[in-house]
Amino acid sequence: MPTLGKKVGSARYSAGGLLMRGLRKQDWPRVWNDHDIKKKYDVVIVGGGVHGLATAYYLAKNHGITNVAVLEKGYLGSGGSGRNTAIVRSNYLTPEGVRFYDRSLELYGNMSVDMNLNVMFSERGHLTLAHADSALRTMHWRAEVNKLQGVNSSVIGPDEIKKIAPSLDTSAEPRYPILGALYHPPGGIIRHDAVVWAYARGADALGAHLHQQTEVLDIICEGGEGPDGKGAGGKVTGVRTSRGDISAPIVVNCTAGWATLISDMAGVKLPITTHPLEAAVTEPVKVFLPTVIVSGSLHVYVSQTDRGELVFGASIAPFATYSQAGSLDFTEELAGHVLELMPGIAKMRLLRQWAGLCDMTPDYSPVMGFTPVEGFLTDVGWGTYGFKAGPVSGEQMAKCIADNKTPELIAAFDLARFGEDRLVGEKGAAAVGH
Amino acid sequence: MLIVPCPNCGPRNSADMRYGGESHSRPDPDSTPIEEWRNYLYMHDNPAGWLKETWYCGSGCRRYFTTERNTVTNQFREPAINYPEPGGSQ
Repeated sequence: MPTLGKKVGSARYSAGGLLMRGLRKQDWPRVWNDHDIKKKYDVVIVGGGVHGLATAYYLAKNHGITNVAVLEKGYLGSGGSGRNTAIVRSNYLTPEGVRFYDRSLELYGNMSVDMNLNVMFSERGHLTLAHADSALRTMHWRAEVNKLQGVNSSVIGPDEIKKIAPSLDTSAEPRYPILGALYHPPGGIIRHDAVVWAYARGADALGAHLHQQTEVLDIICEGGEGPDGKGAGGKVTGVRTSRGDISAPIVVNCTAGWATLISDMAGVKLPITTHPLEAAVTEPVKVFLPTVIVSGSLHVYVSQTDRGELVFGASIAPFATYSQAGSLDFTEELAGHVLELMPGIAKMRLLRQWAGLCDMTPDYSPVMGFTPVEGFLTDVGWGTYGFKAGPVSGEQMAKCIADNKTPELIAAFDLARFGEDRLVGEKGAAAVGH
Repeated sequence: MLIVPCPNCGPRNSADMRYGGESHSRPDPDSTPIEEWRNYLYMHDNPAGWLKETWYCGSGCRRYFTTERNTVTNQFREPAINYPEPGGSQ
C-alpha cells in the first residue's frame, strides 16, 4: 500500500522538518498537483469537497483504485466543506444515524496521525440544550439510543450545565429557560479547511487527479428511457466538462447543494431542495466557552475556535434558493437567540457572516449509493450534517464502488427508500427544532 | 431576506409569509396510485433559475398565492395569483 508523503514533490510534515525548513529558509512544496485531463478514468467524482475528496482517497487507499478524477467547478472546499461550523458529533436519534456518524467520528479522531496533517480536532464535548419538556424527552430518547449503540451521551440538569459552561444563563429568568441538556463528551470541533487539504493531499499522493475550475456540463448516458438515453434503465458512459469530454463507467455525484442539477443531467430525480444556511463569526476574545453549545429550540449553535472567535450557526432559510448572500434577518435573530443563552457577550462584535447551501431531504437523512442509472452513484442529501459525515461517506462510497454492492452501514440511506416508504426520520439533525 | 410581492398586500418581508415550495397541483387521493403520491410528496423540482412556487401570506391577508422566483437571483416576476377560495366563490 502506498504511503503518504513519500512521493516526489511532496513532503512529510513533522516538527523536525519544520525546524529544518525554518533554518534553511526552504519553501514547502505544493500540497497537490495539477494534471492534464485524461480522456478516460475508471471513476469520475463530481464535487471537490470533503465527500468527493474522501471518496477518491479511500478508493485509492482501501481498494487500490487510483485512476480517479475529482472535478470541481470552483476551488477545492469552496462549497459546504469550507462554510460549515466545523462541529462533529454522533449523538443522533436513529440507530442507523448513530452508527454511521460514530464511524465518522472515529475516522476524524485518527485523521491527524493517519493523514500526516494536523486537522486540529478538539474533542471538547457537545451540549444540546432543552428548553421545554418535549425537547427534554427527545434528549432522553437520543441518550438511550446512543447508549445502546455504545456512544457516550447522557442527559444532565442545569446545575451540571453551569459547571461545564459557566457563561450560559441557566437561571429561570430567560423566556426559554434551560431545563437540561444532552451531554455528548466525544463531540467537538475540527478545522474544516485542514480536512479538505488532508484528503486532497492524500488522494493526490495516491494517484487521483484533482481538477479544479472544471465544471460538469452534462452527463453522457445510453440506453435509458428518457431523452438522450438518460434516466432509469440506462447507464453512464462519461461526462462533458468545460475542459472536454471524459469517458468513465462510474460517475459519483458529491455536489451537496447543487446535487439535483447534476443528477438531473443523468435523468435521476432526487427528493432534494436547496436551502441556504447562514453562519457568522465574532471578533476573537479570550477562551471562555469550553464546549460546543446547541439549542434546537432557539435555532443556534455556538463554539469558540482556537483563535478565540465565536462561531455561530443557525437553521436553514425557510425557502429554497441557490443564493449564498447573507441577510440582516439572520443576524438580528441570531443575536437575540445567542443573548438569551449568554447575556454576557452582548458587547461582542460580529466579524463576518456567510451562507452555505444545504441539500435538504424530506427525512433529514442522506441519499447514498446506487440510482436507477447504472454507474451513476449519489452521495448527496447532506443538508446540515455533511461535514461531520465526510470521512465515513468517503469510506463507504469507495467500498460501494469497489464491491459494486451497497455496504451495510449506508443501506438505509438508499434512494429507493422514498419509493418504498422506508424513510429514516433523523430528528437529531441540526436543522430540526424539537 | 426576501421581499415577496403579495397580490393583495403588496411587497412584504418573507418573514411575514410561509413558504409552500414548488407549486404543483395535488393529485386526487382517491384515484391516484401510491407511486404518484410518493412523487407528489417527495420529488420536487429544484432548478437554479425560475421556479413557480406557493406562498402563504400568514401575517397579512392570510391567502395562498403562486408566483415565480429566480432561485439564483431571488428576483420575483409577475404574475402573482391568488389560490381560489375554498368552495370556489372566486
